[in-house]
This record gives sequence, structure tokens and C-alpha cells, in this order.
Amino acid sequence: MTELSRPAAPAAHPDPIIEIRDASISFPGIKALDKVSFRMFPGEVHSLMGENGAGKSTLIKALTGVYQIDSGSIVFDGAPVSFRSTAQAQEAGISTVYQEVNLLPNLSVAENIMLGREPRRWGSIDYRAMRAQSRVVLDTLGLDVDPESMLGSHSLAIQQLISIARAIHINAKVLILDEPTSSLDADEVAELFRIIRNLRDDGVAILFVSHFLDQVYEIADRLTVLRNGRLVGEHLTPEILRIELVEKMIGKEIGTLEDLEQRVRENDQSTPESVPFLRATGIGRKGSVSSVDVRIGEGEVVGFAGLLGSGRTEVARLLGGIDRADTGTLEILGDGIRLRTPRHALSRRIAYSSENRRAEGIVDELTVRDNIILALQADRGWFRPIPRKRQDELAQSYIEALHIRPANPDAIVRNLSGGNQQKVLLGRWLAVAPRLLILDEPTRGIDIGAKAEIQKLVISLAENGMSVIFISAELEEVLRLSHRIVVMRDRRKVADLDNDDLTIDNLLALIAEGDADEELGETA
Amino acid sequence: MSALLARIVSSRLFWPLVMLAVLFLINVIAFPGFFSITVRDGNLYGSLIDILRNGAPMMIVAIGMTLVIATRGIDLSVGAVAAIAGSVACSILLGAPDPADPGTVAIAILTAVLIALVLGTWNGFLVAVVGIQPIIATLILMTAGRGAAMLITEGQILTVNSAPFKVLGAGFVWGVPVAIYLAAGVFLIAVLFTRRTALGMLIEAVGINPEASRQAGVRARGLLFLVYIFAALCAAVGGLILTANTMAADANNVALFIELDAILAVVIGGTSLAGGRYSLVGTVVGALVIQTLVTTVYTVGIPPIITMVFKAVVVTLVCLLQSPTTNEALAAFRRRLALRAGKEAVSV
Amino acid sequence: MSTLIKAPAPTQTQRMLQRTRSAFTSPKYGPVLVTAILFVVVFIAGGIRYPGFFAGQVILNLFVDNAYLIVLAVGMTFVILTGGIDLSVGAVVALSTMMVASLLQSGVPAVIVIPVIIVATTVLGLLVGLMVHHFKVQPFIATLAAMFLARGLCYVISQSSISISDESFIALAVSRIPLGGGMSITWSVVIALVIVAVAVWTLHRTRFGRTVYAIGGGEHSAQLMGLPVARTKVLVYAVSGLCSGLAGILFSFYTLSGYPLTAIGTELDAIAAVVIGGTLLAGGYGFVLGSVLGVLVLGIIQTIITFEGTLSSWWTKIFIGALLLAFIGLQRVLTRRKT
Repeated sequence: MTELSRPAAPAAHPDPIIEIRDASISFPGIKALDKVSFRMFPGEVHSLMGENGAGKSTLIKALTGVYQIDSGSIVFDGAPVSFRSTAQAQEAGISTVYQEVNLLPNLSVAENIMLGREPRRWGSIDYRAMRAQSRVVLDTLGLDVDPESMLGSHSLAIQQLISIARAIHINAKVLILDEPTSSLDADEVAELFRIIRNLRDDGVAILFVSHFLDQVYEIADRLTVLRNGRLVGEHLTPEILRIELVEKMIGKEIGTLEDLEQRVRENDQSTPESVPFLRATGIGRKGSVSSVDVRIGEGEVVGFAGLLGSGRTEVARLLGGIDRADTGTLEILGDGIRLRTPRHALSRRIAYSSENRRAEGIVDELTVRDNIILALQADRGWFRPIPRKRQDELAQSYIEALHIRPANPDAIVRNLSGGNQQKVLLGRWLAVAPRLLILDEPTRGIDIGAKAEIQKLVISLAENGMSVIFISAELEEVLRLSHRIVVMRDRRKVADLDNDDLTIDNLLALIAEGDADEELGETA
Repeated sequence: MSALLARIVSSRLFWPLVMLAVLFLINVIAFPGFFSITVRDGNLYGSLIDILRNGAPMMIVAIGMTLVIATRGIDLSVGAVAAIAGSVACSILLGAPDPADPGTVAIAILTAVLIALVLGTWNGFLVAVVGIQPIIATLILMTAGRGAAMLITEGQILTVNSAPFKVLGAGFVWGVPVAIYLAAGVFLIAVLFTRRTALGMLIEAVGINPEASRQAGVRARGLLFLVYIFAALCAAVGGLILTANTMAADANNVALFIELDAILAVVIGGTSLAGGRYSLVGTVVGALVIQTLVTTVYTVGIPPIITMVFKAVVVTLVCLLQSPTTNEALAAFRRRLALRAGKEAVSV
Repeated sequence: MSTLIKAPAPTQTQRMLQRTRSAFTSPKYGPVLVTAILFVVVFIAGGIRYPGFFAGQVILNLFVDNAYLIVLAVGMTFVILTGGIDLSVGAVVALSTMMVASLLQSGVPAVIVIPVIIVATTVLGLLVGLMVHHFKVQPFIATLAAMFLARGLCYVISQSSISISDESFIALAVSRIPLGGGMSITWSVVIALVIVAVAVWTLHRTRFGRTVYAIGGGEHSAQLMGLPVARTKVLVYAVSGLCSGLAGILFSFYTLSGYPLTAIGTELDAIAAVVIGGTLLAGGYGFVLGSVLGVLVLGIIQTIITFEGTLSSWWTKIFIGALLLAFIGLQRVLTRRKT
């Protein structure tokens, strides 16, 4: 194995704070890390890049004491270490902020920040000092949150910032941020980056793990790329082009992504006069969204854009029958209907693929086959089981069509990667032959290769007459695939327009300031 | 060959079957005639027959319990329902002009079963409609049910004299005890009902991920009602067999702890209390393990009082063996053996 | 940048109403408040219906008669807060009474017997805790096994009851502490209240206590935060074991004997008290004082049924069942509104 050349260390801190040398970790049947060398320097933001299955999360778990390496060495602050637990790693000065905000909703904000290190007076916890100290940390982050309020009463975005507050309070030498921005809006991301830069200037080494290339290029000083458990390269951010980086990550040409845009342009089937497949008028739900009008034609792809919490998922759930609407009417091909349950929606050939695939999507202990036929079987009822031969046919055909790996219908879905789990989920909805398919964040947390496949699939489904609602936080995706785009903000619809030469800047402007009352190319 | 062995060892049934084998061994050593089956008056007798017959009520309850546990639930009220079923049947027989009339017996049994149906529906309602946690929902009936059974018997132990009724508990048909037929019948119904229809997979899906199942259009509510009703029906059948056997309804003591034995049988059989994938065959094996254990205690001459301690030990052993911690330790051990033998981990 | 929307400033009364409403609808305080109100209502109803009900001694007797259950409920609260459950408490109470009675009978002085038993039951709890955490056996099953074991050991000690005749023990058990005005309590009440105080302090003022709540809020998260989850989970079962042993001793103060069939179903009483007292079975929310309140509610219902005289005691079980139902329904409603 040839020694990969690595860029120079930063002048201010020439010695890495943490260095992993030739580390390998194996699990039954798979080598998750294969002689990987990785290092972080104090006062740098370092991004770890790689697709699903590249070994990113395994490497992070090795750094934080969740896994032990089988071979190789870890050197922290000049001394060899072997962390046997997360507590040990934390003790040493490595803090992690997780994507799922691993805090405790039933305890107060102050307690969450200081749990395990509460100030004590004469053996008992000093709540006053706790309040004061957490107030200081919150102020550093500019968070106007009552330290005594219950954590669970705050939004996910706030909870995540509190998670970072906790890490700051621990005075970490290494701060690992695992997909920290997936639940934050643009303002919050900017604020987070400001905090990250401050911490960096204070000498903290920060590991920034994210799928958002733009953000990585904005904040990271150094990048390490992994692929298939091996180190592909370490680079200083300014020295590698985006296209080079993506090529290193997926190891293949990605010209295919440009083709997609062409196809969408060529294929606008919807005409304003035809009866839309689905028309929602004034649909809303208390505490969720207020009075939204949406229409979708047959064979049309409608993209929903907006910030997290803007109501895009909430509207989609109403249209898919997952939540029940309090107000408004729904029509399918002109006939009024009420969608009370997902069953109702499915019987009307409307399928909704949840953004939360693990909690609401896959049934993880069942096989790929069972997961794929689940909705179809539920539709047939208890006493008409799908014959085994047909089950196998269905499973096999979707495994092939969607390139599900491993290509084994008896594989337990829990053991599949996130991307393949998403494909199994897609297979389930495709199997019921819906006329309207609602895809909520179908490419979140998925590698570029699988993303492209799913995007191509959406296009070909629309070409064959299926109506698709496509929701994604990535505006490029929405722009690339949609015939029409609905923009949501603060739980209401603010724009609804044809995708004629729209750019990301247009969309951002609409999301930030657009209003349904303004005539911004709106087609009612 | 080693692949087949590996599959057998890793099958969920392995350890329960091993336990059963060990218990059989102990019995045979202490009592060489353990495996013998004799025919007297055209009826089969023997230790094995006794195990099957005495364990039948608990096995039946355990079969019903399996499906409830598969939906991530639990039914603590089965003992109370069994008591109520026995008490109702006995009261009806006592109140009738001719307790030995087959028609009356049929009415008594039918009434008991119908009441169990209602009680199962009540449990299903609390769990599926009101959304109460199953352990608590059924705890309510468990607490109130025994009280209700006592009210039905007015605090007395009711004794009846009814030959057709006694057949349930002590009778033979074609030489085989009726109780065994009932157990086999309930098992077959459960298997056919769940594996020949889509019910089995749907029940497992609901147990593993209720929300995902809901979004896939699975009607969980109906399923939940079904499993709790089935569990109550099984409890009623078990209670009727027990009552018919003793020809007495003792609302306080009949089927005492049967819910615990049933849950133990299910757990020993490999179905996880967390719900999801279940095994009816496993439950049958588990019930056999428990009943054989009770028999072993008698055979070996240990005072029956100790049965409880033994059950505790057995349960603990099974749980420790089935525990993921033990499995990981064993897996690591096997891996180390393989490494030492010079083979390396497969690299993909 | 934080997405909090500021509503127009409310008036004083509006704020008070709002705070009351949010207290009643929070999963943390709601059920306990309802229990408190229920207790007051039942007490007043009893007083109206039965003469002599309002006597101070009636309330004190609630404590005297249920001191053991209070201690049990305290131990159970710890376990349920972590999302677990302990089905063995009744059996351990019985075992504790058997051990007390038989050791005293053999002439071991009470001063030694009492600590020995408490240590023994704590060790049993510790073993259960190890089974739950390190072997990942579900609490239901692990404590079920412990229940079988304890009950079985009772029978091993003796199949019939053993009476206690040790003088110092009896002196401790029956002596009453006068409180003035003709009212008095027993030492068991004092012990129970001390345990409650220690429990409250532990849960709210020590890291161990906060970790207990943390585990209930999210065990995985607590682990990632570096909290000593393993140690704490094992210790809560040890605490429950300690409380069960102590409760058994208090119970033997009451009965002055050891009996293997005693306390069957007591675990259900303890669980009912904890649930009625506002602790969520899923864990994370609840107070020890709430559980004490739950015990008092159960006690007062029993008292009323005794006062009533005409209802057979089987109705107690049915009432408790109905109460449980009502409180679970309430917990259901409150937690549903939160999500």
C-alpha cells in the first residue's frame, strides 16, 4: 500500500491533538476500517467525508470509546490511549454532539448542560450555582432559554444548540459534531459556524461531519476522505475542488447528475386546464399548518421547499392521511374525500414515505421481502395472504430495480445500510402502485450514488404517469426534479410556481421573504 | 456438517430443547420407568402422559400469551379470567336442576367462554382504543378480576358433581386425555390462524414497529383486539380444564401464578418480551420444560415447596443463556478460536 | 436567531391561570396534583359520611397501618423512574419476615438480626440489578425470577408461621410515641418517614438521583453523556431490595410473626401506589412524595371500606382496579398532549 501524501501541519500547532495510525476494525463479514490513519490538529476545523459504508461513523466511534480498534494505535495529546468507554473519552477531553440530540427531555436545560458534573455544596447539588453556570454558557451561545425549563419543551434546533452548550461546558479539547446542521435553519447554521470559529480560535480541534458540501467548504480547514473503510486522502480544503472531492468519495464519474436536469425540462406534462389528480383546498390542522391550497396533476412532480418546521412535512402528512386534517377539503380527480387514516389514503392509492425511516418506515427485524410486501398485504387484509411465489417475485423485482444490496430477500432489514433501507421502503410504496407518491426526504443521509438512483427513479415514475410530491432540504434536488415548486414558511404556503429557470437564489428569496399575496410568478 | 450444527445451535429452540433433554435425563436416572407408557382400560398412562395432561392448561394459556407478547403487550389477567370462567361454569351447574345433563354443561361452558370473550374485548379496548400500557391495562383486570370471581362464588369453594363436565379435565377419548386434545387443538388453531393467513406477519410487524405498521396501512386496532380476545379464550379453556379436573371452583387459588408460568413458557421458548418475532413451537417447548420441571421435583423426591426455587433457577439460567451478553461472549470466544486456528476475518 | 416567538405580556391573573393550567397538564406534575385533590376529596367525603372520621388519629393510623407500604413504594419509585419494575417486593417482604422470625427464634439478638436481613435483601436486589443490566434480562422477568426465589426460600425456612417472642423486638414493635392530644404513632412510622426524607434528598440532591431520572429520560442518551448508567441501574434494584427488606421488618412489627404466604400481591399494591402517585411507568417522571400520597390514597379507601362495614373486602380490589384505570387514563391523556 503506497503511502498517501498528506498536507503539512498548521504552523501554530504542528503536533496533532489526536492521531490514529493504521487502525483496523472488523465485524463479522466486514472490515469497517482497514489500516486507516487520521489526525486532527488543535485550532482546526476538520471534516470527515465519505459515503454510507465508508467507515466514517466507525472511525468516530473508535475516537469516542464506543468501539475498540483491533489493530493500530491511537495517540491523544502525545500519549497512547485506549478508551474503553464514552465516559473515559469524555474525561480525556473528547466531546461529541450527536445528530439525534442525545439529551434528556424530562430534565431541565441546566441539568442537561451539567449532568454528571453538577456543582455541589456539602455533598448535595447546588442548584443555584448550576443555574448561574448554565446561564453563562447559554449566553456564550446567545441562547435566550430559561435554564430551568424542561428540555423537552424546546424545539429540536434549540435542543441541539444546548447539546453543544454541554460540550462547551466540558471544555473539550476535541469537539465532534455529527451532522449538526440537519435540523437548523440558515440563521442557526450561521450562528453555529460563528461559535465553531470562536472555539477553533481558542485552540479546540473540531471534527465537522456533514453531508452538506457547501457547509463543509465554508467551515472546514482540512478534509479527510474515506471510502470502503480505507483512507483515500487528506487535503487542505482550498486545495481540492468539489468535483474532485465527490469523485474521491464515490469513486465514479458523476456526470449522470447533469442528465437529470435535461430530462425534467423535456418532460413537463401538466397543463393548467386538466383536472388535477389531487386538489387540497384550505387544508390545515391545529398546531400544525394553517389553510394550505395544493394541487398536483397526473405525472407531475411537485417539490416542497422550505425550512425545517415550515410545514412541508406537516402538509405532506395531511395529504398522505398520516395526520388528520381539521379544516379544508380534499378532492381526487374531482371527487371529495376525507383521509382519516393511512389506510384511507392507501386505498385511494396515495402513498407516503416518511422522513423518519427508522422510527416510522422500516420494520427492522423483518426481512427485506416482508418489508416490501407489508403495505400490499395490509391492503389485502388478514385472510388473503399473498402467495409465497408472488412475494418472492415482488421482492426480487424491487431488489433488482432499486439495486438493493445485499440482494437477498431474506436479509434482515436492520443490517442494511441507511441507503438500502430507504430503497426497501421505496419498494414497499411502489409495490402498491400508487397514483400519488409522497416522498419526504427520501435522500437524507444517503450516499451520492444512491441519491442519484432515487432521483432518476422519481423522474421515470413521473414519466409513466405517477404524481410525485418531493420534499427535500436540499434545494438543488428540489430544483432538479420538480415541474412545480411549493414554498412553505412558518406553517403556511408562501409561493406556488412553475419551475421555469428558477435558481437556488430565487428559492432562497422566496423562502426568506416570499409571500403568497405577492405576484411572484404564481400560478393559482 | 458444521454449518448445520451452527444453525441448530443458533436456533432459538436450541437451549429450551437442551433443558428439556437434561430434565428428561434426570427423570430417567431417578425413575427408569419414566419413558414407559402403559395402556389400562384402553387409556394411556405414564409420566410423559401426565406431563402433557397436567401441563395442558398452562400450555393453552401460554399459547394465547405468545400472540399478546408478540404485539409488544402482556396479559397479566389470564389467571383471573381462568378463575372467573371456572366460577361461572360451576355456579351455573350448581344452579341448574340437573348438573349432569350434557345440555346444561354445554350452556355452562359456553357462558364461561362468552364472558371470557367480553373480558378479552375489555382488555383489547383498554390497550387498542384508550392506549393504556398492556401491563397496567391487564393489571387492572388481574386485580379486580379475582375480586369479581370471589363475588361470583360468594367467597366459597363451589363443588359440583357432573360427569360430562369432568370429562374436560379428567376424561379420555380414544385413550388420550381430553386435555391433551384441547391443547393440541388450541395450538393448531393458533398456528393455522397466524401462519396460514397474513395475521402472523402483521402481528409481528405491529410488535416490532407499531407506527411504521400504521403508516403501511396495517389495522393494528383489530389485531390487538384479536390477540387479547384469544388470550382470554385460552385462559377460559385452561380455567375450565382446571376446574373440571377438581370438580371445584376455588376462585382464590385456581390458576394462581398461571400467568407467570405462561410468561415463563413463552420466554423460555424464545419469544422476546419486547415483541415482534414469536414462536408457538417454542412456547410449547417452554411449557413442557416448566411442567417437566415440576414433575422432576416430585420424581426426584425433593419437597414440592422447592418448586418455586427451581423455577427461579431455571428461569434465571434460561435468561442468562439467551441474553445477548452471553451470545456476544460466545461469539467472541468462537472468533478467537477461529483466529487462533489461523483463519482470518473475512474482508469484504 | 432562536425561534422563540414572544406573545404579548399577560396579566397577573392570566399568568396564574396559565401556570396552574400548565402544572395540571404537564406529565411531571399533573397526575400528582390530581392525586392530592383526590385524597382531599375522599377524606372530606369520609368525614361527612362517618362520624369520628375527622379524628387526627385516623390520619395517623393511615401512616401506622401502611408504614411498610410507604417504604415499599419508595423503593419501587426508584425502580420505576428508571423505566423498570420490581415484581419481587412482596415475596422479599415475606422472606424478610420469615428470616426475622426464625433468627429471633434461634436466639440471635434483634440488634444483629435487623441489619443482617437488610444487608441480605440488598444483596439480592444487587444480583437482580446485575441480571437486568449486565445480562440485559428484562426487569419483568428478572424480578419475577427473584420473586420465585424469595417465595421458595420462605418455604424452605418453614412451611408454617413462626411467631416472634423476642422481648426487645416486641418492645420496639408495639411501643407508641405520644404526640399529645391522645394521639400516637409507632416507630415504624418514624422509620418510614426517615426513609422518605432520605429518598427525596437522594433523588433531588445527589448525582445518583439525577442519573436515575436521566436513565428514565433516555438510557442511551444518558450513556452517551458519560453518566454511570450501569452502576446506577444496578443500584436502584439494590435500593428496592433494601426497601423490601426494611418493609418486611416493619411488617413483622405489625404482625409479630413470619408467614410464608404473607404479602402475596403486595407488589401490585406498591405499583398501584406509585402509579396513582403520579410516577409514569415509562420512567423519567415522578416523585417519592407522590408515591407516599398514593399509599395514603389506597389506605384511606381501605379505611372507608372498613368504616362502611357492609361491603365485603373483595370490593377493595375492585376499587383499586378502578382507581388504577382512572389514573392510567389520566397519565395517558397528559402524555398524549405533550407529544
